[in-house]
Parts: sequence; structure tokens; C-alpha cells
Amino acid sequence: MKTRLLTAALLAAGSLASPFAAAQVRVAYIDPLSGFMGATGERGLKELEFAAELINAKGGVLGQKIEILPMDNKLSAQESLILLKSAIDKGARYIAQGNGSSVAAALIDAVNKHNERNPGKEVVFLNYAAVDPEFTNDKCSFWHFRFDANSDMKLEALTTYMKGQSKIKKVYLFNQDYSFGHQVAKSARAMLNAKRPDVQIVGDELHPLARVKDFAPYIAKIIASGADSVVTGNWGSDLALLVKAAKDAGLKADFYTFYAGVIGTPPALGDAGVERVKVVSIWNANAASPAAQAMFDAYKKKHNALDDPYSQSARYSIEMLAKAMTAAKSTEPVKVARALENLKHEGPWGEVTMRDSDHQLIQPIFVGTFVKADPPGKYKYTADGVTGFAFREEAKFPAAATAPATTCKMRRP
Amino acid sequence: MELFLTSLLNGVTYGLLLFMLSSGLTLIFSMMGMLNFAHASFYMLGAYFGYVVSTKVGFYPALVIAPLAVGVIGALIERFALRTARARGHVAELLFTFGLAFLIEEVVHLIWGKTPVPYKVPASLDGPLFTLYSATFPIYKGFMMLVSVGMLVALYALLTRTRLGLVIRAALTKPDMVEALGHDVPRIFMLVFGGGVALAGLAGVIGGNAFVTEPGMAAAVGSIVFVVVVVGGLGSLTGAFIASLAIGILQTFAVAIDYKIPGFARLTVSQLAPVLPYLLMVLILIARPRGLMGTRET
Repeated sequence: MKTRLLTAALLAAGSLASPFAAAQVRVAYIDPLSGFMGATGERGLKELEFAAELINAKGGVLGQKIEILPMDNKLSAQESLILLKSAIDKGARYIAQGNGSSVAAALIDAVNKHNERNPGKEVVFLNYAAVDPEFTNDKCSFWHFRFDANSDMKLEALTTYMKGQSKIKKVYLFNQDYSFGHQVAKSARAMLNAKRPDVQIVGDELHPLARVKDFAPYIAKIIASGADSVVTGNWGSDLALLVKAAKDAGLKADFYTFYAGVIGTPPALGDAGVERVKVVSIWNANAASPAAQAMFDAYKKKHNALDDPYSQSARYSIEMLAKAMTAAKSTEPVKVARALENLKHEGPWGEVTMRDSDHQLIQPIFVGTFVKADPPGKYKYTADGVTGFAFREEAKFPAAATAPATTCKMRRP
Repeated sequence: MELFLTSLLNGVTYGLLLFMLSSGLTLIFSMMGMLNFAHASFYMLGAYFGYVVSTKVGFYPALVIAPLAVGVIGALIERFALRTARARGHVAELLFTFGLAFLIEEVVHLIWGKTPVPYKVPASLDGPLFTLYSATFPIYKGFMMLVSVGMLVALYALLTRTRLGLVIRAALTKPDMVEALGHDVPRIFMLVFGGGVALAGLAGVIGGNAFVTEPGMAAAVGSIVFVVVVVGGLGSLTGAFIASLAIGILQTFAVAIDYKIPGFARLTVSQLAPVLPYLLMVLILIARPRGLMGTRET
């Protein structure tokens, strides 16, 4: 009896282990899954897993399943480097990360070093959201691929849109005091000076990241400056509180943002943001192809009707990875990385291309305005986490129009 | 002139909010001689309870129900957990409230998730109250100020004009004597702790919709309330009030000053604003460890 139980148990254990017995393509997901940015990190993970499941359901890639290994880096670069080691030990040859360019910079360095010292055991970095332009310019690496549009590409699109807005006369730059905020302030100033020399930059303010509770004092300054538009790279509560304080003080300026559409922000903006908050992004649910919308619906059905899969870049990264493997007939990172170069892929808004010169994905970019979603049904997809608000498309920049110049001198193995 | 007046108004508003946040902490400290590290967590609980009750019943009932619920939770925690820890001395107490803060944050994660909830200012309080030059002053901020000042007056009256206040103050310095006179001192402490965190809960109900109700909100205000309490003088309600206003005005004015600090490439007074309260705290601790109005060293 006992032996029989044991055999049964072993058999059961064996059958449980069997899916893992087959060869796997392991992708380590190194992002915050707890703390301040935990929700954002979790959303990225869901999208990555969703993309992998779709591919696995169709039989995987080259007969192997794609497996995502979630690893919580608590938004720390130090932690991420330890996790990278452990991911490599677990047999992951691909890593995905997106939240925080500071983390991405550390990972790019570490991957470069690892690949140099361990030929034949290379690792490829799939970056789905870290937007520091440096990664595809001076700091570019053969092992790094960016699937999101970088912050300069988004700013180019945004400032081109602003160029056509004749009512813009005075612009205030308002950003968080860290690398990304500095980058936005610097580029926005340069681009606006080039495209609209008549526009005055009346303020350039940096505030501490995620520390300010009441933005009223800053708003008082913006009002005193007479600005009609504010350009901000703020995200999370730093953006929601800023817009709220502006509404309270009756500031009649428009906000040109990067992250008004992402998790947690639309509910926080609410009425304060209507017709006043613009967003530049690679995401526009209502303009997506029917096939893509069917996929959004499947995602929403699986997770939550109000969740947006707006990290399409995460989905691109997995789909293009599988495509490159099929083309290279191999899961070896060096061959796959070569196959990724110049790879074209059909996205929800048309074709996207992984540019070989700097490994930047060239893709369409949208500018939208936060609006009330009435009458109900006018917008098939509302903004993330809310039913009453949506984004109205203001401008679309086709992929070809968004391709930036690059200073990258790629060193290939 | 315009910026000056707007900044002054903003500073006073922010200061009064700080007072709302820290009055409960001061109360608990002056009565029980303990620093409650989880104080800001009760502020967060108040915001979430306020959100739930206001969506079900309405905002005004929430103003009463949510702080009461927070107070009851606080009293239960004091009765069944903190009291045991207290018996083992101050370190055990501190560690307990420290752990409690993490626990509450996790509970909030489990129940409401990790993203902000849509907790809105009620329509009746939404809108401009008056216009100062070109900026409007919202009704809701006026309401916040009113509640904050009301809190100060009510607390002051309770402690100095009522029998209960008399017993509480006596229990603070001569617990044995109060006990000998037939009062249940542990129960008084339970009431004080419950009352103190209920005040934090009330601040949460009012602050949660003015700002953003999300799981990180406790951590965001956790440190500043300690600054207020230390600068004002540990255990002094009046001191906390003065310190709140001083810090609020100091920070707001600092933000408005774009003066470049000589010797640094791009450092302005405005960028230093968030550091100033902490700088003030350090200076106070060096020059006057009791704080502005404190009566004791510890």
C-alpha cells in the first residue's frame, strides 16, 4: 500500500514536472513587483506573460515553450545586477526590463561585460520601456534592443504637434529631479527653440521625485510666469497631484505629458484633466487594427476589463524574439540578435522595424487628449482604470516620420 | 506681491494640513510617552475607509464613520497587542508600531490593490471659493483649514476644560495616583491611542481626496509628521500647531524663490525646499532639544 502510494506520488510529481522537462526559452523579467512602482511592474509582467502564452498555445517556438521568470528588483539597480546573475544561473539567456532608465543603464553595462567574458553564453537584453535616448546613441550595445520609442522620439512628435498649435506662446518646463526629468527638460527646450523660436520658455523647474504632496506653491509660480502650456515628464502621483493642484488654482494651461495614460493616472486625474492633459505615446487603443483589438479584448477578459495592455512594446519584444528565432532556426542569443536586426513586424498600428544601426524599434507615435467619454460608447476603449474618460486622437506620426538620427557606432561580435 | 500672498495662503493651508496629520501623534506621545511609527498608516486607512464609505453612503457620513472605524481599530490594537509590547519597554513598543506600519500597507495592497483608488472631492465642496489676483482658492482647501482649526480648538477644550481631559493629563504624570483614585488608567491609554489614530483617520478622509489615495501615501507623509512633532516640542499641541504653520510657510516660500545658490551650477533655493523642514529639525535638535514648546527632553 505504502509503496503504491509512493509510486502514485512519484508519477504525479513526474507528470507535474513534465512540461518543464522539455527545452525552454527562458526570459527573465527583472522589474519592480513590490513597493512604489510595483503595480507598473506587475502590469508589464502580465503583458509579457500574455504574449508568451499566445505563442506557446500555437506550439511555442522551434518546438520549445517560452517561459517568463519574474524577478522583483524593487526598482534598484544594485538588486537588478544580483538578479541578472541568478537569472543566468537559471539558464535564462534573455532578460526583459522596462521601469527606470537608471536600472536599464546598469543592466546594459552588466550584460556587455558578461558577454565579453563568457563567449558562447551570451545574454540579450529586451528593453520594453526604459526611454533614455543614450541607450541607442552613445551607449548603444549590440546586446540591447529597445522596443519602446525613446524620450527624444516622443518629444519630437510632441513638439511637432505643438508647433501647429498657434495658441501656444509661453511654455513652462516642469520635471522630476532625476536623469529622465533632466533629459526631457533639455530636449524640450532645444526642440521648441528650433521649431517655434517665437515661443518663450518662461520657466524650467525640477522638483524632488515622488516627495511633493501639495503642488500649489509650484502652480503659483507657473501662474505668475503667465505660461499657457506645461511640458512635463512626470509620472505616477507626481503627475496626478500636479494636474489636481492646477485645477484647484484655476490654472488655464494645457499639460503636455508622457505618462497620463498609464496605470493609476487616469483615475487620479479625473475631471481635473479633461481637455487639458495631452499625452504622447506608442499606444492608442481605439485606432488599433481589428485583429489587435481582438487581442486587447482577450487580454482584458483574462485580467480586468479596465486594464489597458498599453505596454505593447512588451508584446513586440516577445513576438519579435520568437520571429527572430524562427528565422535564425536557433535559440542562440548571438544568432537571434542578428536575426532581430532589421526585423519587421506587424503591430496594431502598422509595421514596426527594429533598426539595425542602433537597435531602436521604429514605430508610429500618437498624441492624444484626455476627454470625457460621452456619449457612452463613443470610445470603444476608455482610459486605463476608468469608464468615464478616454483619449481622443490629436495626431498620428507614422513610423517613418519618427525615426531619429543616431550617433551609435555599433560594435558587433 | 501676488506671488507673496498666494504663497502665504498656500503655506498656511499646507501647514494646517500638517497639523491635522501630526496632532494625533502629539496627543499619543504626550499622553503615553511613545512615538507611534504607524501613525501615517492610520492616515492612509482613514483615506481608504473614507473612500469606501463615501461611495456607499456619502462624503459627510464618511467624515464621521471612517475616523471612528480607524479609532476602534486603533483601540483594539492597543488593547490586545500594544499593551503587551508596552510591558517590555519602549524598544518593544517602537518595533511593534514599526512592524505595524508595514503590515497595514500590505493589508491595503491585498484589499485595494497597488494603484490609486478614484476617491473624489464631493461636488458640493468642489469649486472656487474666492479669487486672489489670477489664482482661485478652492472651497475644499477652505474646508480643510476649517477642520484643522476646529481640531485644535476641540482638542484644547477637551484637555483643559473637561473632567476627562483632567484625568488624562493626570494619568500622564502620576498614573499610580490616578489609579489609586479609582480610574482605570490602561483604559484611558486605550482611549487616547484610539482617539489619536482617529484624528489621523480624519486627516486621511480629508486629505485622501485632496491628494491621491494610494498605498504609498503613508510612506510619503511618514517622515514629515515626525519633523513637526520634534520641532514643535514632543508632546506639545500648541508647539505642533506653530511648527506645522512654520514648516508649511517656510517650504512654500522656498519653492517660490528662484535664487541661485552661489558656488553651485544649478542649485536654486526652490530645489532645496523639500530639505528645509529636515534642516530645521536638525538645527532645533542641536539648539533646543525640547523643541519650540516642549516641556521634556525625551
